[in-house]
Amino acid sequence: MTEHTDNPSKPISVLVPAGSLGAGVREDEVAYGIAKGAQVIASDAGSTDSGAAYLALGISKNNRQSVKRDLTIMMKQAWATRIPIVIGTSGQAGGDKNLDWTRDIAVEIARELGITPRIALLRSELDKATVKARNASGRIRPLAPLGALDDATIDACEHIVAALGPEPYIAALEAGADIILGGRTTDTAVIASYALWKGAPAGPSWHAGKIAECGAQCTEKVEEGAGVLLRIDRDSFEVEPLSTANRCTPHSVSAHMLYENSDPFRLVEPGGVLDVTTSHYAQIDPRTVKVTGSVWEPKPYTLKLEGASSGRFQTIMLVGIQDPVVLNNLDAFHDRMLGVLYDRVHKAVGEAAGNFHLSLRLYGWNAVSGDKVPAGTPAPREVGVLFVATADTQEMATQIAKACNPYFFHMYMPEHEEMPSYGFAFTPADIERGPVYEFRLNHVVECDDPMELVRTEWIDLALEEVA
Amino acid sequence: MVTVNEVCRLVRSKNAGPYWVTVDFFFKDAESYARHAHSPALGGDTFARLFGADPALVKHFPVDGLHVLKVSYPRTSPQGGEVERDMHCGQQYVRLLDIELD
Repeated sequence: MTEHTDNPSKPISVLVPAGSLGAGVREDEVAYGIAKGAQVIASDAGSTDSGAAYLALGISKNNRQSVKRDLTIMMKQAWATRIPIVIGTSGQAGGDKNLDWTRDIAVEIARELGITPRIALLRSELDKATVKARNASGRIRPLAPLGALDDATIDACEHIVAALGPEPYIAALEAGADIILGGRTTDTAVIASYALWKGAPAGPSWHAGKIAECGAQCTEKVEEGAGVLLRIDRDSFEVEPLSTANRCTPHSVSAHMLYENSDPFRLVEPGGVLDVTTSHYAQIDPRTVKVTGSVWEPKPYTLKLEGASSGRFQTIMLVGIQDPVVLNNLDAFHDRMLGVLYDRVHKAVGEAAGNFHLSLRLYGWNAVSGDKVPAGTPAPREVGVLFVATADTQEMATQIAKACNPYFFHMYMPEHEEMPSYGFAFTPADIERGPVYEFRLNHVVECDDPMELVRTEWIDLALEEVA
Repeated sequence: MVTVNEVCRLVRSKNAGPYWVTVDFFFKDAESYARHAHSPALGGDTFARLFGADPALVKHFPVDGLHVLKVSYPRTSPQGGEVERDMHCGQQYVRLLDIELD
């Protein structure tokens, strides 16, 4: 790791303004953190949590204005005090398109503010040939529960990214970046990068990064503020909410190690493992917690791969039902309707329907689990029934939905005296939902050099102005 | 016999990446934690039965300082597939609340 050798004489202060760029940065909180000595503003701008569509399509989950608003607050204040801004996983998924979208917003803001930052773009999207070559040379390993990678899986992905570590951020900081916009990066690495650059110890730097990755999620009153301030020292770090009305407690901070993490003690990162088994969390003032005992174990360098595919297509329909005949016999209704609809598609569409799939989900009864409801469960007041047809093409999914339409809206139960009409709200009733986007990779790639899969580009707005 | 719901103040579930789900059982106090966190009823077989997880891959992490048992299990199909019903797995914990502990 290319750390500075000069040990910091005073703690490194890292301002994490929100859980994610676009989530709602607060101007007063950023001002508070800078007044308290923040040396960098660091945040991620996405994750895999919201599903594979954002990587497959190269789009953000957030609306443009939310990201622009947050980034404007950060750029205005950071430029005034000349501290850098470090953003990871740009545009939700960190692919090249996601990064370009974020770059355009940052450049637009700079021009509007009349400022001239040097912007580094750290690209972590990988082309399929590179991934195949690495796989062929045995340098890609699966993580449970997936098995070995094959070329067909690589080809199925729309986009593949590697989750970067801190090294490319450190290199860009060293080269004088005012703003770093990263492709896919571990949240922890983005936040730890500045402290590691300044020579802070790895254990506290990485642990601080993990604790602050979701902003105020590690505080007592999560709704009370957006961000936190970290102070990373020789053998410890402190975390304080940016909202003076909020506080951190040993419980709120230590419990964050549980969040969206399969192992609460050991966190695998590029180039090592953060081990917090022996970490100690202490309240040092009413709002601040100090953490000691965090350990970094260096390991051979690996980057985690993420890939998203675009699969078969879905068309959906929705009805609401209050009819007691249905509500008093919901499981029978579900099974009968599913049988009727499959039968209808076989007759009305035939072999052209291909290997289609139908799903009926009874909201208000068992839609979330799909499990059988225990005997004796009282009937609900109403249910919503979601129809999902999946087929090889969008057109076929819609043809299947249209074939099902009269039965989905009007299917008799034996007790019905005349044809029922279930409550549908839209016309046309079928809604084309698009493809099914799925993550396809859960693998790591071994690297000799942390920089070898990164492409760094620069935008120097000062030079552009001169030109 | 007591249920999970009776000895925990909070149970939550969440995705941990696209391939794993993690469940946190926050026990009410040190006594409840000491008595029930290692209950066989919270073992891999229960997660196999309720969620279809491979019991050999289910991981248990007792977190003594927080009186929390963390259990992580692999999804039967990755996040967002054709039959997805709970993208964040944020509702999966509910099926655990009525489990009887010894």
